[in-house]
Amino acid sequence: MAETRGLLERRHEPWITLPSFLWLVVLFTIPAAIVFAIAFKPSDPFGGIGAGWTLHTLASLGDPNYPAILWRTVWLSVVTTVACLVLATPTAYYMARVAQRWRPLLVLAIIVPFWTSFLVRIFAWKVVLHPEGPLKHALAALHLVPADGSLLYHSGAVLLVLVYTELPFAILPLYAAAEKFDFRLLEAARDLGAGPFRAFWIVFLPGIRRGLLTATLVTLIPALGSYVVPDLVGGPTSEMLGNKIAQRTFSDRNLPHASALSALLALAVLVPSVLAITLSRRGDRSAQVKP
Amino acid sequence: MKRSVTPFVITAAVLAFFYLPIVVLVVNSFNASRFGGEWNGFTLQWYRKLLASPDIWHALGNTFTIAVLATVGSTVLGTTAAFALDRYRSRLQDAHYLLVYAPLVIPEILLGISLLLFFVALGVELSYVTIVLAHVTFCVSYVAMVVLGRLQDFDWSLVEAAQDLGASPWVAARDVVLPLLAPGIAAGALLAFTLSVDDFVITFFTAGPGTTTLPLRIYSMIKHGSPPLINALSTLLLALTTTTVWLSQRLLKEAR
Repeated sequence: MAETRGLLERRHEPWITLPSFLWLVVLFTIPAAIVFAIAFKPSDPFGGIGAGWTLHTLASLGDPNYPAILWRTVWLSVVTTVACLVLATPTAYYMARVAQRWRPLLVLAIIVPFWTSFLVRIFAWKVVLHPEGPLKHALAALHLVPADGSLLYHSGAVLLVLVYTELPFAILPLYAAAEKFDFRLLEAARDLGAGPFRAFWIVFLPGIRRGLLTATLVTLIPALGSYVVPDLVGGPTSEMLGNKIAQRTFSDRNLPHASALSALLALAVLVPSVLAITLSRRGDRSAQVKP
Repeated sequence: MKRSVTPFVITAAVLAFFYLPIVVLVVNSFNASRFGGEWNGFTLQWYRKLLASPDIWHALGNTFTIAVLATVGSTVLGTTAAFALDRYRSRLQDAHYLLVYAPLVIPEILLGISLLLFFVALGVELSYVTIVLAHVTFCVSYVAMVVLGRLQDFDWSLVEAAQDLGASPWVAARDVVLPLLAPGIAAGALLAFTLSVDDFVITFFTAGPGTTTLPLRIYSMIKHGSPPLINALSTLLLALTTTTVWLSQRLLKEAR
């Protein structure tokens, strides 16, 4: 890389690096380490952190409630991610193939919900799914749901709203990848006799695999950590890890317990991330081997 | 080659899915009926009630103060971080990149609880100050990524040219680099501002008792308040968002 004389020389590196570096070490790395440390601390009766070290807090994760909540968190997140990919991939494909003049408008249509207040978007569904709301009236009139049934406060509502809040995040990286895809490859596949679905499956999807990987991570990770969606549209039978962390923090004021649960969530997020990085490295290597 | 209509149908369905709840919300904000199950006539009473409530204005004022401080802090730190990451290749920058990137891929609730525990462990009282510190921390990464993207297209030979013509390093930075990168930095700042104004989870964890911001207020309104007022508030926020998105798109277009 060419060195620019006078401006941003090598000797300036520490000065321009340290402000953000130190800020993030103090307010990101150290707090993250503290979460893991406090998981080994006892709680005190005043809602603070007790003295000494203990394995008792971690052992309490063995409580039979937790495996069920962990399992629910994982399956809700995985189903959300799959649903987002299934909806986002054809959308990104369409956006990349539509006439150039329509694209900015379509991108804007995806970005507006992406920038809209997160709470507002969840609340909008609470209005739609409200027992006295329009959807309930319509479905009850068609006898699709019982008149006294609820569209809210169960895992189905949580799933629907999770897909709603995560979908724009899945579409944008897929669109970025699809826009760079050479669509003549699809035509070539069709000329060689592949059906439209087969061509999509064996040529288009591998061609946008980086976008697919990014879309998977940006959907799966926030879904695993979701707290507001299950809190507002879910009920006691659809609690996720995030709800438990908030409960331990605010209702029971047991911070060591909240730490232990957070450490568990951090591990649940780390596993797919490391897997994805390994997969993408391997994918790059095999792509290099191919002529 | 005949193209399948399936992608078009799915795209149309996705857009309908995106906008249906938003339309219901906006329409209901003008509906005289409390729950919006039926149309009871056009009214502006919810807006009038909303704008007459002092809590909202108080929360809005706090939100903007926090957002301005968080935007200034994160724009300075994020821009310097982007310059460092773009100009240097070293072990230090590898670690720096990891530090800047990690907050982007970590669930908000983990950032929130880790900052809460950090403040509790240090014995720092939760207040507006802790909210600003938390907001700067998560906004730095977003600003850095936006500015870094702009820097990748930046032509450093322009700086060389300015210096060949006698500009000192500082003059070159002020008169060449900053004006050319201004739209990118502004886009990053705008993103930081929007993220700060909208943030609920991290604010919830780092706010002290009695502290309130607009998202905290909206949350407690959703939990305990009157739905029509939230409809009206949401509609106003939507109008604000749409304007901001439009503005940021213009900024990015100019940057290109």
